[in-house]
Amino acid sequence: MTFKATLMGEVELERALKRIAHEVVERNKGAERIALVGIHTRGVPIAERLSAYIAEYEGVTPPFGKLDITLYRDDLTEIALQPIVRKTEVDFDVHGMRIVLCDDVLFTGRTARAALDALIDMGRPAAIQYAVVVDRGHRELPIRADYVGKNVPTSSSEVVQVKLAEVDGVNAVELWERA
Amino acid sequence: MTGATTDPAALPRHRHLLDFAAWSAADVVALLGRADVMAQVLTRTIKKVPALQGFTVATLFFEDSTRTRLSFERAARAQSADVIGFAAGSSSLKKGESLRDTLRTVDQLQVDLYVVRHPAGGAPYQLARWTDAAIVNAGDGRRAHPTQALLDAYTMLKRFGASGGGKGAEGTGRRGAEGADPERPFAGKRLTIVGDIDHSRVARSNIELFTKLGGEVALCGPATLVPAEFGEVPGVHVVARLEEAVEGAHAVMGLRLQQERMSAGLLPSLSEYVARYQLTEKVMRLACEGAILMHPGPLIRDVEIDSALADGPRSVIEEQVANGVPVRMAVLYTLLVGKG
Repeated sequence: MTFKATLMGEVELERALKRIAHEVVERNKGAERIALVGIHTRGVPIAERLSAYIAEYEGVTPPFGKLDITLYRDDLTEIALQPIVRKTEVDFDVHGMRIVLCDDVLFTGRTARAALDALIDMGRPAAIQYAVVVDRGHRELPIRADYVGKNVPTSSSEVVQVKLAEVDGVNAVELWERA
Repeated sequence: MTGATTDPAALPRHRHLLDFAAWSAADVVALLGRADVMAQVLTRTIKKVPALQGFTVATLFFEDSTRTRLSFERAARAQSADVIGFAAGSSSLKKGESLRDTLRTVDQLQVDLYVVRHPAGGAPYQLARWTDAAIVNAGDGRRAHPTQALLDAYTMLKRFGASGGGKGAEGTGRRGAEGADPERPFAGKRLTIVGDIDHSRVARSNIELFTKLGGEVALCGPATLVPAEFGEVPGVHVVARLEEAVEGAHAVMGLRLQQERMSAGLLPSLSEYVARYQLTEKVMRLACEGAILMHPGPLIRDVEIDSALADGPRSVIEEQVANGVPVRMAVLYTLLVGKG
């Protein structure tokens, strides 16, 4: 792949996540009954960071969990190699909670669909909202995000990489061109 | 985000599970890590995921079975696979149809994976040559019963922990001591298997797997039922006296006396067997502190194991049955998902 551009640096990324945290509180009229669930891999640190920001503003730390959607994917037979199956760690009762699903990039919408199925199998949340750092378009399902850090119109040959310190050692959003 | 996370090093692609010859220690450790995730699915309110939706699993049992067959069916259905069953006693085999023709017939039902149990050693290997579907050996003669060995290994890791750790991100419960070899989780551990070793496919598969994962195995039983050549396998010792075999063991496994497979009188008498080889609380006190008692079932009470011991706190016999489901879920998933 060929590097094309840095779309967000560390400062812009942090600012975007803080804005999302404020929007979550505003839309839900506070932090009560809110929980953040990150989709493996990079959704997990995003959920953790949003939880920390909300705690900073509201004095209440919303619970956060980790969701693996591999067993819910609709393309398991299409994948040449086996996807890694990780443990789901949602240690709170989802029933009646307002869950904010967190992920790095919203693309086709299939991951979000799988995540909805996985979450609903755990109970009946009062609401499920969706937060992403980047919405790059190209939806294959009627799904949209409630909170978006940055909308990035892309071509199908481009790849958006959200890099997070917890996983990648750096904080940035980069645009790459597939070879 | 779309795009699957894949790690070919941690996630091997195997077509069949016939025995462990083609499976590396890393493959097995990765599979056991995956079983951890599957176990978690079984604790949820809805104990089912759609991972194998659209796949058809057929159970071909040419021999009686209760727990293995039910366990595989539960494992397949917990992942939304369709399951069709076949029992030799009520099939056209009784009318003279050959094994190959029976398979050809069932193959027309779009089967993706066969779970095969057969009294003849090697039958699943032969079936694997005749079909494009995946084959899981659920016990063939006295040769192999790999999923039993996997669930036994999983049970041991759960109970006494591991000296090693799972590889890659998959599974979370198997990270062990710092610096330990993740591919040798049983390093420094000893499994003692007692009883009818010669007729036991469970013993053979456990020997193969436990030593592959770095452990040592002690075998004990009447000389007529413990062929001396087992002692030539690296990491395996044949020990004549029960007390000596159990001393210092981390896990002790009793085996069923398979009298239906004994063509000649291989035992002087049942009472003599009980006197010399029955596992009792007194004998188990010689094992390591916290050592566990295992049995693949079906258990003949007060023959292989004293009832009080079988029902006591050391016994993990029921855990073995419970652990069979997530382990078999992991096996089915590993063989069916992804393109080879």
